[in-house]
Amino acid sequence: MIFKELFKTTNWDEIKSSIYAKTAADVERALASSKRTLEDFKSLISPAAEPYLEQMAQESNALTQKRFGKTIQLYTPMYLSNECNNICTYCGFSFDNKIRRKTLTDEEILQEVAYLKERGFNHILLVTGEANHTVHVPYFKRVMDLIRNEFANISIEVQPLDEDEYGVLHEAGVYSVLVYQETYHQEVYKAYHPKGKKSNFEYRLDTPDRCGRAGIHKIGLGILLGLEDWRTDSFFCALHLDYMQKKYWQTKYSISFPRMRPAEGIIEPNVIVGDRELVQLICAYRLFNEDVELSISTRESEHFRNHVIPLGVTTMSAGSKTNPGGYVVEPESLEQFEISDERSVKEIAQLIRDNGYEAVWKDWDRSFSTTRFNPPSKEDMDPLSLLEERQREVAIPIISTKINDTNV
Amino acid sequence: MLKIADKELKSRLFLGTGKFGSSKQMEEAVLASGSELVTVALKRVDLETETDDLLAHLKHAHINLLPNTSGARNAKEAVFAAQLAREAMETNWLKLEIHPDPKYLLPDPIETLKATEELAKLGFVILPYIHADPVLCKRLEDVGTAAVMPLGAPIGTNKGLKTLDFLEIIIEQSRVPVIVDAGIGSPSHAAHAMELGADAVLVNTAIAVATNPKEMALAFKMAVESGRMAYEAGLGAISRSANASSPLTGFLNM
Repeated sequence: MIFKELFKTTNWDEIKSSIYAKTAADVERALASSKRTLEDFKSLISPAAEPYLEQMAQESNALTQKRFGKTIQLYTPMYLSNECNNICTYCGFSFDNKIRRKTLTDEEILQEVAYLKERGFNHILLVTGEANHTVHVPYFKRVMDLIRNEFANISIEVQPLDEDEYGVLHEAGVYSVLVYQETYHQEVYKAYHPKGKKSNFEYRLDTPDRCGRAGIHKIGLGILLGLEDWRTDSFFCALHLDYMQKKYWQTKYSISFPRMRPAEGIIEPNVIVGDRELVQLICAYRLFNEDVELSISTRESEHFRNHVIPLGVTTMSAGSKTNPGGYVVEPESLEQFEISDERSVKEIAQLIRDNGYEAVWKDWDRSFSTTRFNPPSKEDMDPLSLLEERQREVAIPIISTKINDTNV
Repeated sequence: MLKIADKELKSRLFLGTGKFGSSKQMEEAVLASGSELVTVALKRVDLETETDDLLAHLKHAHINLLPNTSGARNAKEAVFAAQLAREAMETNWLKLEIHPDPKYLLPDPIETLKATEELAKLGFVILPYIHADPVLCKRLEDVGTAAVMPLGAPIGTNKGLKTLDFLEIIIEQSRVPVIVDAGIGSPSHAAHAMELGADAVLVNTAIAVATNPKEMALAFKMAVESGRMAYEAGLGAISRSANASSPLTGFLNM
């Protein structure tokens, strides 16, 4: 069974009303349980759990430290392109938004890379819109060849791709793929995404399955908070996570909590998710799942980020720009959304230390990405691609020159 | 004194270096523990800049580094990572960790055996992280492991010696040092493992996440020493029942 089939057996309205029907007794049962179920997750995200927030936060803190220690991983996004053929009514890159479009050239990418490396980043997230004629797999592969040896860990947040395309990018060194469903409410999804390839709800819903089959190391799930009832949407996301974890058991998972931010030409959020509610959601995820990575971006305010560190998150971005070339090349190009926490990465690293946590810059090594998940046998490859592969092996040293026998 | 391969170690407490709130805190805890062997995750170390913060805090003459392959999902990846670690950290000692399951981080016995065999041929001193499986321990001995590191409970759970019965069998049968790894959540767990006759224990989470890691490291040091001392002094046998005051077989003495 793939997730789409499981999804078809569910009913949005029934799930929504079951969440809102949870009582204090349900919440207490969930809190007392040592192995929490999806029903417990419903209780923890329900309005009935609000009075238990401090207790949830304390446990979330303890569980997170037990699993991840007193550490926060730092990463930063690098926007490669704002070209996009989709109309998404909440996004600054939406096709119908009359802005100047830009896709970074190799030289521009290297300038941005140099800036980010100088600031200490070793984990990076590549972001684009969806423009399948220009920003496609060959482009991504070229970018990976260009920057693979510059970072320990490279993730992508780009348009959903086919399984074999993920395979190509995995082989090219992509560590993780982030693809958010935005909302699991099928009709509402159609309204927010009226045009473009993204309007295909099911293709997007299938994406984590395709990533899983392609052997991607880590898959990031999430919803856009502000589109629909966040409790019901989060339940579906947790259901998706639970399904993925059982099926693709060798894969790691992360959850992000993007709240809608102002951007040029976009609509107002349909639902406002307050700070108290976002904390409840973060803690509920941790109590439900002790090993999922939880990520908080610079969409959130200084005040919120100052206090969120001990509540269960494991990963933070810092010093982010959400426009292509935003760091050096073209700081004034149009951004996807306004970031809220504008502090430098140095300040964020200090903030993490002030909270008694270690800021972790590197938690992966390229050496683990060089062996393929499902290597095609050499016999199956045509001579030309075999030659290309040899050239690639020769041209790209796997690690610094200090080490000689990497090919043993 | 504990001897692994050709190295003699005074301390029977090994430490993990992840999860600490800062490298300085980690260093203080390592020093307080008296440990001479600490694990370092290859994936956490920045081998390229040569200014790695973690390694900088471990530069003490008595501290030996034990690189681990955490992140590897199969033997092939682990063997590759091991070779990088050997070059970069200038040691042929290796804590072999292959846990393809990122949820409970449970070790893959098949890939671990495969990698041990291959790495032993390449001259590594291998300390594999394994489930408390006595047969696997014997198989690892056969292919040249330097020690075995069976788990007490899943990594980071602090649950103690959940695999007690199997640890006892492993300790009884082993021809290589047995280091109880993972799950040790308090000094009493460590003392218990040492009383059973384990050669050493490895602790990370319980120290790193303590409110005062340095004090906790010292507490573990004392527990490990006292457990070992008790083992060497010869613990009294545990009686299954109290000595009956009216023995059933007393009449035989009449």
